[in-house]
Amino acid sequence: MLPDELEKTLDGFVHHADHLREAAVDVLYALQNHYGYLCDEALEEAGRRLDMTPAEVEELATFYDFLYREPVGRYVIHVCDGVVCWMHRVDGVFRHLQDVLGIEVGGTTPDGMFTILPTACIGDCQNAPGMLVNGKYYGRLTNEKIDEILARLREHGEEIVVCR
Amino acid sequence: MAEPVLFKHRRGRRHASLEDYVADGGYEGLKKALASMAPAQVIQEVLDSGLRGRGGAGFPAGRKWGGVPPDGEHPRYMQCNADEMEPGTFKDRLIINADPHLLLEGMALGAYAIGASKGIIFIRPSYELEAELLTLEIERAREANFLGRNILGTDFSFDIIVHRSAGRYICGESGAQQRAVMGVRPNPIETGYRSAVRGLWNKPTVVNNVETLAHVPGIVRNGAAWFKGLALTPGGDGTKLFPVSGMVANPGCFELPSGVTLREIIFTHADGMLPGKRFKAALPGGTSTKFIPERLLDMPMDFQSMREQGYRLGTGAVIVFDQDTCLVAATLNMMHYFARESCGWCTPCRDGLPLVLDLLGRIEEGSATREDVAELGRTVAFMDHANCAFAPGAAEPVLALLEHFMDEVEAHLDGKGCPFSAQPALPWRGEPQRVFTWPGEPEGACPGARPRPKPRRIVSCPI
Repeated sequence: MLPDELEKTLDGFVHHADHLREAAVDVLYALQNHYGYLCDEALEEAGRRLDMTPAEVEELATFYDFLYREPVGRYVIHVCDGVVCWMHRVDGVFRHLQDVLGIEVGGTTPDGMFTILPTACIGDCQNAPGMLVNGKYYGRLTNEKIDEILARLREHGEEIVVCR
Repeated sequence: MAEPVLFKHRRGRRHASLEDYVADGGYEGLKKALASMAPAQVIQEVLDSGLRGRGGAGFPAGRKWGGVPPDGEHPRYMQCNADEMEPGTFKDRLIINADPHLLLEGMALGAYAIGASKGIIFIRPSYELEAELLTLEIERAREANFLGRNILGTDFSFDIIVHRSAGRYICGESGAQQRAVMGVRPNPIETGYRSAVRGLWNKPTVVNNVETLAHVPGIVRNGAAWFKGLALTPGGDGTKLFPVSGMVANPGCFELPSGVTLREIIFTHADGMLPGKRFKAALPGGTSTKFIPERLLDMPMDFQSMREQGYRLGTGAVIVFDQDTCLVAATLNMMHYFARESCGWCTPCRDGLPLVLDLLGRIEEGSATREDVAELGRTVAFMDHANCAFAPGAAEPVLALLEHFMDEVEAHLDGKGCPFSAQPALPWRGEPQRVFTWPGEPEGACPGARPRPKPRRIVSCPI
């Protein structure tokens, strides 16, 4: 059973679309935000609403960068590995994040707080090296800055701007 | 510096509101077109202005619009490509954050010209804040009757929706983008199709980049001659945004006349190299373009001049490399990006890019032979035989590496390894693929799910 609010949101997406499948990504995002990631139930739900076969939904859910088919943490840290950030030594950012969080890239901390993922250029190249945490940009990263960001997210948790 | 057109309203941390925009003559172009111009006249004006697509390909916008058959089916669609994902490129994000109504007016004018009733802004997930901002400003424009039914009392009706992408660089390709909008796997549509005739839902569709559309209000308001006059070179068109990044002292996005030289962009506007760094090469238009060595820095940066010399202006995103950066590793990094972000639909990407990765990787680590280098050259030369522009774009930096920086490749072969300070081309290790490629555990309801915080809607972006 989905909460009423989510039901309404999903109905809204489907009703406002000229063609049902146009709403596919919006529906998947909303279900992902509800379930935490795109679990099998989420995909079944999406398929039912969009009149898509399981294979068709799976095809979308596994194609895109910001749809997660496996559990992710509360905060997904998308670190840019584009050539500009690379030039500005984003390898150090990856290393530092891995060290302080104690996980590999692609992994999630045992407390479920953080996941590190590499991502395509985030479009903030003048502030390289950069990363995106739940929709918010962080640029010109240093180890100290990363520590501050992680501490703030752990303590206050209100740093999320948009949760997609 | 010439007067800015696209960045006229760029200010601190606030975008130009509808009131700001209107007070400064905004939507005058739309009023003029609706009151006194036939759709064909708008197309002609854009054609005469010489405006070329700013998304990378540089196709004349007027010709694209003119491709919609006058007796073509309805509804027609005006699609805006805001899926800017090419490394080094961040200009479209800044336009949206500086002056969202400039884009909306450009879309309305394009829609009027081709007879479209629906507009779609396709935007990448990293730009969610911009998507929110656009949604709000579309509502404002609707309230002021610049969008919606019977715009400004005429019988022209047009509305815009913001369509979110879930993120993959191939979605920037117009055919792939249309498939993404239609909710199917976004690989490019087979060659030979013309979206102006048969695009979204099999109806005429025009796809333009944000920067291209943002130029249209000025062209309609001030005329084609004014627009042409903004460029420095006869082959240039208007002004161009140049986002500059890499080893420069003052990275940022500069609006400059089309036809300005790379030297001026880097050494005047971006304040030259970082202290202690020496220029080695620059990519003139994002990672799908060729490295330009120092001796070619005075080439004018416009689509025509660059093409005449065998280069592409691309997105105009200038990425600057210094003498201490290994270009083999940089190219390898870009190829990792291309291999990951392609749709893998046809052979050059699916089989070619992994081969390029392997060969470049061997050069970088010092185990390559001269035959491997020749093989690399043959492989990238083959990239042209692809279904879309993705693989040929990916080939560009490799072609330039072999053409202009062979000495650096040789140094890797002779020295049995990278002569530069060790920096892995792929800056991370791990298995991130497993996160989004394999299904979750079968037992129980959503095993491993974590509570996700509720989003807080804020619209303010760093610009």
